[in-house]
Amino acid sequence: METLVKLESVSAGYGNEVILKDADLAIEEQDFIGVVGPNGGGKSTLVKVIVGLLKPLSGKIIFHPGHDDPGHRCLIGYLPQFTQFDRKFPISVLDVVLSGIADGRKPFKRFSDKEVNQALEIIAQMGISAIAKENIGELSGGQMQRVFLCRAIISHPKLLILDEPNTFVDNKFENDLYQTLKDLNKKMAIVMVSHDIGTITSYVKTIACVNRELHYHKSNIITEQQLAAYNCPIQIIAHGEVPHTILETHNH
Amino acid sequence: MDSLIELFGYSFFQNAILAALFTSISCGIVGAYIVAKRIVFISGGITHASFGGIGIGYFFGFSPLLGAMLFSVMSALGIEYLSKKSEIREDSVIAILWSLGMAIGIIFIFLTPGYSTNLMSYLFGNILTVSKLNIYLLGSLCIVLVGIFYFMYKTILFVAFDEEFARAIKLPVEFTNYLMITLVALTIVLNIRVVGIILVISLLTIPQTIAGIYSKDFKKIILLSIIIGFAGSFFGLLISYYFNIPSGATIIFFMVVLFILAKIIKSLFVSISLKKQLK
Repeated sequence: METLVKLESVSAGYGNEVILKDADLAIEEQDFIGVVGPNGGGKSTLVKVIVGLLKPLSGKIIFHPGHDDPGHRCLIGYLPQFTQFDRKFPISVLDVVLSGIADGRKPFKRFSDKEVNQALEIIAQMGISAIAKENIGELSGGQMQRVFLCRAIISHPKLLILDEPNTFVDNKFENDLYQTLKDLNKKMAIVMVSHDIGTITSYVKTIACVNRELHYHKSNIITEQQLAAYNCPIQIIAHGEVPHTILETHNH
Repeated sequence: MDSLIELFGYSFFQNAILAALFTSISCGIVGAYIVAKRIVFISGGITHASFGGIGIGYFFGFSPLLGAMLFSVMSALGIEYLSKKSEIREDSVIAILWSLGMAIGIIFIFLTPGYSTNLMSYLFGNILTVSKLNIYLLGSLCIVLVGIFYFMYKTILFVAFDEEFARAIKLPVEFTNYLMITLVALTIVLNIRVVGIILVISLLTIPQTIAGIYSKDFKKIILLSIIIGFAGSFFGLLISYYFNIPSGATIIFFMVVLFILAKIIKSLFVSISLKKQLK
């Protein structure tokens, strides 16, 4: 098992606030890590640090040899949070997917037929060939998320990072998505941020609880007591009729 | 009809047609970008900030066009830099530079002895008096724009669509943004003489809005905007000539009429297709 990305006591934040403190995490091949934690706890901050959008204030990130460049396109595929897209922007599904293999070092390069075919192939795999020429704004939430997943995996990354892929999508898409991710997991490691721990536990292999600090839980079964011990007071939406409690934030 | 052919014989009119062509190409391309990226307000700021350069040009006796170019590019880069790197909100930065440019312009024009009739053509524009130099510059700008959009089309599109993702895949986001905002500034300044500071923003938005009614494809929006822009300025020019009214205002008025017509035609098509579906 090779380590793809390794965080060594990484701290990060915005402006004058440290949001993530002394995080240690090793992401290895075949991993499927669910990142959970309360809002504002630093889940997205963690993702941004790994993807290379945010420089850590202290600590070290070690990337897989040959990919020491943060966010190198061959190493990491990235599906950002949903809210930041302009739905009225005049861009087609095909172009959005192609942007996943745009080469930052060659801004003047145009896409070859081979690359366009590669994009069409991945669009077909995701079952959205019918909308390949459509404008991004005309799609439903689930279709849009599929497009962004295509964009994230078209470069055949070794690590796929998804930031809350289940917001604004219906249940059917959510289940389809988790099945797709399970298949993708055979080829790449996955780190998925989610606010909904109950649903993801049956798909992920391990859990990282992020609330200012990062606690890595080497199993996909987690109890509320354990979450509380990790200082990660989030609710577990259990399957079935098991009642759940919402724990208050407590400092210790 | 004869008088129309006669009109084309005049060199001032040929110049005006050439200006109209370059105007529609440059504004078609740049306008599609600013409308898609929702930075129309930034462009408004750049336009008005350039007035400072015009005032300084008048006062110190060098080309107001040159002053305007300098001021607009500086303020464009300033807006891009300050809104990204400082704590001040982007729209506030724009408003400050917008009014600073106007204030400097007013002060220097007030201090300049005598009254310059030319000043009016900067405020309200006149496509018939666009200088040779201005037309050459506008033509060169068109070549640069077409070249950059041809070779960097995808990069421009991806950076404008999703900056954060573009950054994550290491596209040259900052370079692209600074380059584009500079091109926006130059396009605005070189088109000021055509319709004036007050109206130039409409050249960058009305054709694009009409094009946007019929297409959601960035490339097609650019092409349609150029065609609509040229039709608008050509017929606007003719109407202004025959009725002897200001050309800049006529062009814009004609374009707004086109917009309303386009909107009506589109909604007719929509209601027909809805009725068909209900049957």
